[in-house]
Amino acid sequence: MRGLALPWLIALLLAAPVAVGMAGVALPAFGYLPALGGDGLSLEPFRHLVAEPGLAASVGLSLASGLLTTLVSVAGVAIFLAAFFGTPAFRAARQGLAPLLAVPHAAAAFGLLFLIAPSGLVFRLAGPLLGLDRPPDLLIVGDPLGLSMMAALVAKEMPFLLLVAFAALPQAEPERRMQLARSLGYGRMAAFLLTVWPTVYRQIRLPVVAVAAFASSVVDVAMILGPSTPAPLAVRLLSWMNDPDLSQRFVASAGALLQLAVTLAVILAWLGLERLVLAARRRWSRSGRRFAADRAARRLAALPVALSGLAVVVGLLLLVLWSFAGFWAFPDLAPAELTLRSWQRALAGATGPLWTSFVVALAAAVVALVLVMLLLEGRRRQFPSARAGEVRLTRAVAGLIYLPLIVPQVAFVFGLQVLVIGAGLTPSLPLLVAVHLVFVAPYAALALADPWFALDPRYERIAASLGRTRATSFLRVRLPLLAAPVMTALAIGFAVSIGQYLPTVLIGAGRLPTITTEAVALAAGGDRRVIGVYALLQTLLPFALFAVAALVPALLAGRRRGMRAA
Amino acid sequence: MIVKLLWRGLLAGLIGLAPLPAAAADPDPTDWPAVVAEAEGQTVYFNAWGGSSAINDYIAWAAGEVKRQFGVTLQHVKLEDTATAVAKVVAEKAAGRDEGGSVDLIWINGENFASMQEQGLLAEGFATRLPNWRYVDTGNPSITTDFTVPTLGQESPWGGAKMVFFTDPARTGPIDDMPDDTDALLAWAKEHPGRFSYPAPPDFVGSSFLKQVLIEQIEDAALLAEPVDDATFETVTAPLWQWLDEIRPALWREGRDYPQNYPAMKQLLADSELDIIFAFNPAEASAAIAAGELPDTVRSFTFPGGTLGNTHFVAIPYNSSAKAGAMVVANFLLSPAAQIRKEDPKFWGDPTVLKLDSLPEADREAFAAIDRGVATLSPDELGPVLPEPHPSWMTRIEEEWTKRYGS
Repeated sequence: MRGLALPWLIALLLAAPVAVGMAGVALPAFGYLPALGGDGLSLEPFRHLVAEPGLAASVGLSLASGLLTTLVSVAGVAIFLAAFFGTPAFRAARQGLAPLLAVPHAAAAFGLLFLIAPSGLVFRLAGPLLGLDRPPDLLIVGDPLGLSMMAALVAKEMPFLLLVAFAALPQAEPERRMQLARSLGYGRMAAFLLTVWPTVYRQIRLPVVAVAAFASSVVDVAMILGPSTPAPLAVRLLSWMNDPDLSQRFVASAGALLQLAVTLAVILAWLGLERLVLAARRRWSRSGRRFAADRAARRLAALPVALSGLAVVVGLLLLVLWSFAGFWAFPDLAPAELTLRSWQRALAGATGPLWTSFVVALAAAVVALVLVMLLLEGRRRQFPSARAGEVRLTRAVAGLIYLPLIVPQVAFVFGLQVLVIGAGLTPSLPLLVAVHLVFVAPYAALALADPWFALDPRYERIAASLGRTRATSFLRVRLPLLAAPVMTALAIGFAVSIGQYLPTVLIGAGRLPTITTEAVALAAGGDRRVIGVYALLQTLLPFALFAVAALVPALLAGRRRGMRAA
Repeated sequence: MIVKLLWRGLLAGLIGLAPLPAAAADPDPTDWPAVVAEAEGQTVYFNAWGGSSAINDYIAWAAGEVKRQFGVTLQHVKLEDTATAVAKVVAEKAAGRDEGGSVDLIWINGENFASMQEQGLLAEGFATRLPNWRYVDTGNPSITTDFTVPTLGQESPWGGAKMVFFTDPARTGPIDDMPDDTDALLAWAKEHPGRFSYPAPPDFVGSSFLKQVLIEQIEDAALLAEPVDDATFETVTAPLWQWLDEIRPALWREGRDYPQNYPAMKQLLADSELDIIFAFNPAEASAAIAAGELPDTVRSFTFPGGTLGNTHFVAIPYNSSAKAGAMVVANFLLSPAAQIRKEDPKFWGDPTVLKLDSLPEADREAFAAIDRGVATLSPDELGPVLPEPHPSWMTRIEEEWTKRYGS
């Protein structure tokens, strides 16, 4: 009984804030918010919403951003794996891309901005060739189609999906399938795409859908690189919520429901696209075309992943350079003077926020990890005789814990804020941890679920037969064997917490400044030096934890020689 | 426990059934020693725009002073938009938290003030009863009325603002050849396509620029002192839209994108993408040169016929949890020492709200001794101040602008 109830209880706990937050925007969306004079139900907010100029364009942008970002990211991952599986490039990507996960979205977006803007590095390099002494009057950043915004999202999401795919690969038995397909005469890429990729994709489907949902409702990246006339829906939603004309609050709530619908539409469209691709693949496999000569295609296949990795890394280097820059005119490649002033100024005020970020993120990540492990272990113990990889979360429980990944943040955080204030809760560290938990736990579950169920249960059965209790075998056998995925889940959860802006500002009422809330406030001032410093500070914490996460399993394995092979 | 809390929150927050506690009496500034005594030990959460290192440093300095002098802890809650603070107070009112609110003091002006006053989100008038009110330049109409709305003492003046333009004569030629009104600006922009722009409303500086054009282009500027009349709005504002339509193709990025705010324009001037920018603070350029953000060849100019000017304020929300402390801070920000530092471009460079004649000799000399920097016009070169229109104009113009150019 206990085992049956526990996963449900934890899942409900994690999903409750989303549901309550949704209720908190649904009522005002239909005109009910007594504090602002909305006493009855009406469709008036939706009428105002529809009358907002450029609404269709905003919705279109959000739809396109959700679909295109996901499409390019997934396709990039698929062709990269197909071309390079088992090669040195594959191993290099596996090592090199993991740290990119630590870079917060906003930091990556600023890096890209400093790279591709008309006054950015690319045009400074091209300046002498093109005879530029001033930046060209080109609409590259903030382009009406949102292409630079989508590029930044792809650059951030591709490494994420690639790492998830790496984790899923072993279960697709790539070597054996590739051997078989290649012996039938298929080219390397065709063999992978036909036999291995479908299994990999099936396992990473949830992260893919989460990427689609995120890209359709992203706020920070869209504010930095996205178009402003009009902006994507999520950005406009936020400005309606912050409008001094308080009646806009109703429009914002109606907009939040629209955002939810847009995100759902993106997900549905994606699922439709999946079917099309599936049908195309069937046709292909029946046609018998083998694409044996794919050398040229293989070279091209590296481009998307290499470009996005490069963009993030060069962007980070530019952030470093700006953070030490004095006056730095176009088209100079380096600042005229280097100074520590920006760092000195920032560090004087940043230690408090850094500490808050660290404490909240660590607490949220640890609590999330414990909850997720309880949930997974509770589920696993319902099937004592199951074999490795056989157990899955029930659809309902999975749906509940992954709800915060699918429902756009902007659509429910405001409702949650009203609830928190209404409950008489004052902003405090534990409250902030609790709210971060809602966003951290799903990612921790995402990172841990598959390895958790995939571990061969016979290890623990042997431990039991040697007379060890369940608790001992859990602590001394299961946890050490899973040290790598557990630490990765912790690091991912930590990074997710560090990156949270909206919930931190709204629930913390600004009284608990974190490095991210400070970074966003200062970014409003547009000073590239300060942005550089804060974006780097924002990157530093998760980076440190990813480093620790990589070290701990190695140290553990060092003491247990038998594990090294695993 | 959690479930109970959730329910309580749901009921209180969403259905609005929370019992309304009787508001405690506000501290009375006429009995100042009592206010100071009550303030000691309080923490004041000061919600203020956090986009400028210079301003943040100034607030940090003020925090040190009020801690030392009055035992008041001043916490700067850094906002990326002032409206966020208004949103917080709204959310609290929605949830029935009429006491113990999370915002104690807000840096505010214009639209946000009018909106909060209208919704009853501000504490009752206190500013005119503060001890340092005696130094305030009450002859300046923008101190007693904020965008034509009477302040009723519900906000305490903090600093002045005046629209001033900046350019780099090293690139653009003699400063005397720069446009001297919006007609000349339009002609200049057509001659130099892609080198001028303005922040997209509802950014404060961008909206202010639209008001400047409106005031200069409208036939009867007296209309702007009254609330907007929907029936005549279109005909009255037609010259503004004509001006904007004409300049649009000559704007930076052909008006298909706009700078986000003043700091973004400053960066574009530094990158030599823009040649003329403007700010609401005459010392911005000098401060930016000192900070290494602009080349030291940048200079300022203004329109001899006058530019917009106004005052920004601090206000106390109705549910502030530290009203006495907030009053002590507001009073400190009005002190000659605080205002002298604020007017110094080394620290901030914001014109004072004090009347120099009312100050003691030593303070007057300190104001006179401020080094305003190479790129700052002296007070007598700044030109006349044009009064702000009623806030309803801004709301309508922002809406109309978004319809025409923002979508």
